[in-house]
Amino acid sequence: MPRTPLDLRLSVDHLSILDSDGNLDTALEPDIAAGDLKRMYRTMVLGRRLDERMVRLQRQGRIGTFAPIKGQEASQIGAVATLRREDWMVPSFRETAAMLWRGWPIEQLLAFFAGRLEGGRPAPDQRDLPITIPVATQLPHAVGLAYAAQYRGDDAVVMAFFGDGATSEGDFHEAMNFAGVWHVPVVLVCQNNQWAISVPIKKQTHSRTLAQKALAYGFPGIQVDGNDVLAVYAASREAVLRAQAGEGPTLIECVTYRLGVHTTADDPTKYRSEAEVREWERKDPLTRFGAYLEKKTLLEPGLEEELDAEIARAVAVFESLPPADPLTMFEHAYGELPAHLRAQRQEVGERLARTAPDPPAAGEPLPPPPMRGQRKTSRWSN
Amino acid sequence: MVKLNMVKALNLALLQEMERDPDVLVLGEDVGVDGGVFRVTEDLHRTFGGKRVIDSPLAEAAIVGTAVGMALYGLKPVCEIQFSGFAFQCFHQIENHAARYRQRTQGRFHCQMVVRMPYGGGVRALEHHSESEEQFYAQVPGLKLVVPSGPRNARALLVSAIRDPDPVIFFEAKALYHAHKEEVPEETEALPIGQARVAQEGRDLTLIAYGAMVRVALEAAEVLRAEDGAEAEVIDLLTLSPLDRETLVGSVAKTGRAVVVHEAPRSFGPGAEIAASLMEGAFLALEAPIRRVAAVDVPWVGFAREKASVPDVPRVVAAARETLAF
Ligand SMILES: Cc1ncc(C[n+]2csc(CCOP(=O)(O)OP(=O)(O)O)c2C)c(N)n1
Ligand SMILES: [Mg+2]
Repeated sequence: MPRTPLDLRLSVDHLSILDSDGNLDTALEPDIAAGDLKRMYRTMVLGRRLDERMVRLQRQGRIGTFAPIKGQEASQIGAVATLRREDWMVPSFRETAAMLWRGWPIEQLLAFFAGRLEGGRPAPDQRDLPITIPVATQLPHAVGLAYAAQYRGDDAVVMAFFGDGATSEGDFHEAMNFAGVWHVPVVLVCQNNQWAISVPIKKQTHSRTLAQKALAYGFPGIQVDGNDVLAVYAASREAVLRAQAGEGPTLIECVTYRLGVHTTADDPTKYRSEAEVREWERKDPLTRFGAYLEKKTLLEPGLEEELDAEIARAVAVFESLPPADPLTMFEHAYGELPAHLRAQRQEVGERLARTAPDPPAAGEPLPPPPMRGQRKTSRWSN
Repeated sequence: MVKLNMVKALNLALLQEMERDPDVLVLGEDVGVDGGVFRVTEDLHRTFGGKRVIDSPLAEAAIVGTAVGMALYGLKPVCEIQFSGFAFQCFHQIENHAARYRQRTQGRFHCQMVVRMPYGGGVRALEHHSESEEQFYAQVPGLKLVVPSGPRNARALLVSAIRDPDPVIFFEAKALYHAHKEEVPEETEALPIGQARVAQEGRDLTLIAYGAMVRVALEAAEVLRAEDGAEAEVIDLLTLSPLDRETLVGSVAKTGRAVVVHEAPRSFGPGAEIAASLMEGAFLALEAPIRRVAAVDVPWVGFAREKASVPDVPRVVAAARETLAF
């Protein structure tokens, strides 16, 4: 009865194609059409610019709390750029760039962060789930979607995003396990941005990599330089093709960094050093990809200004949205409104009608709406 | 018509709905080859295969969580949670997601899915195998909560639950699984969700119950008739959420007296909501305070002491007599 080592053949690759000094591994360089490269860069820059604009909008009280993506653009765009429209994208809450790529209008994202549910409604033909806030709980949904696609015989692939902190949650492990057992077409993209709010990856797991967690569940995991859009693309493409070919799930760990705050309610100086941030700023995914495109003469002049104008137009559309009609809050609670909710809707309707200000007499100009953050008068307070 | 117990009646509902609609599938622990620990899914695996009757890994959050994903895709999953005591492991998937996807996406997606679970005592089982946790689900907006009281309505309500476009939590009283048989029509029948049933008419007092407590209420009514000459009306709720307040208020407007019976602990239990609804809807008709006969508010007591906590016929009769004498 000897004790013998099992021949498990467990291994995890690390993939880097374009490093922060601009060195390119041409043997590994993915073949991406010029138009796609341009669109990828464009969306990454749009993500960065929108992020910065949204921080300002939040500071001005025009939108609520949100989670900036700065530094993680390559992890998101490299991954989603490998999906077709008929594939599914399942985000967590820090995927603005990926959502832009998937066609979410900017004004809709702004509406979402301004607390309006309309902002979370995907277009009728859009196979995206909305933002999910409870960490890792979207991962079983992704596996269920992939099971359903397989059950129906569709060749759709499902790609789900989550963070390093999420890998400590039970739902992550349950989803990984189900994905392995069911052998479903799902690509699980972990953006290891080194921090879960104030908790560093070292306190999150004793594993050397997050990618290796896939091995325990019986499918491949790969670690990539998450600030290298070419590496993320190459790994994602391989995973998507495997999924399409019926070869099951893949875990991709994108090693990246959150350059900004966790959310607009967070102060990272409490838990991490300026030096660390500066170190990662050197590895900025945009700089690297920009230089790569420049060599290929694919950089579009005036891109930033153009994108800023696009954002400004969207902000204007967002700001001109009519006020949210409170009574619509009952509309989508159930397929059909039950009796007690019909009664509650009527109650709310009557209360609002009682407390609304009198309509201005004909010809009289509308009073200015109260400034955001300004105290409202008592007749509004109910 | 065939005579079936509740297990077989539920099995018939699943079989017929799966035959009717290829989008209906079943998943849970031991639901496949074994047919479920209570045999509710017996033979479905043989009939429909492992892709539609899924022996899932042992993880409740992923059972419900993957079912949410399947439902978002357009399938109609029916999950089995082995015992309601283990549904806290998936409560977040039910509350955070199944119940909310319609609202969160403003109607773009919804979760047409059922989560079945055996609940309740009276079966001399261990901790986590005997409790009643319906109040947790009754409080969640976006969910429906159905609790059948016998084979025929269990079958008809499960059919409706599977066809309902919203997530339905389906509580099956373990004490009723093998308690009695009823004539069940072979052709599919469905009962509307959200509608209570007047199990017995009466004019002196209203006894309100659901699930396994309906039989207790009916027996108590029989004692009251025989020994007190009082005619109790017995309402079998069948659905806890949305609650059929109209039927409740209509009955109490007539009788002026009400006793609510449930196995869940008394405080913040369904009885509290029912009593409040009756106060709002039938205040002027009330002749006596509304009484609640429920389990005591302590953690599980062990089945050796269960009878002292869970309502039984003498406790319901006593509460009814006090109400009648008030
Ligand atoms: C289940 C759950 N617990 C706690 C939180 C609060 N929370 C929001 S984000 C976050 C950290 C997430 O870290 P990670 O998964 O690494 O993602 P990142 O924020 O870095 O993108 C926490 C604790 C939550 N949203 N959900
Ligand atoms: Mg993180």
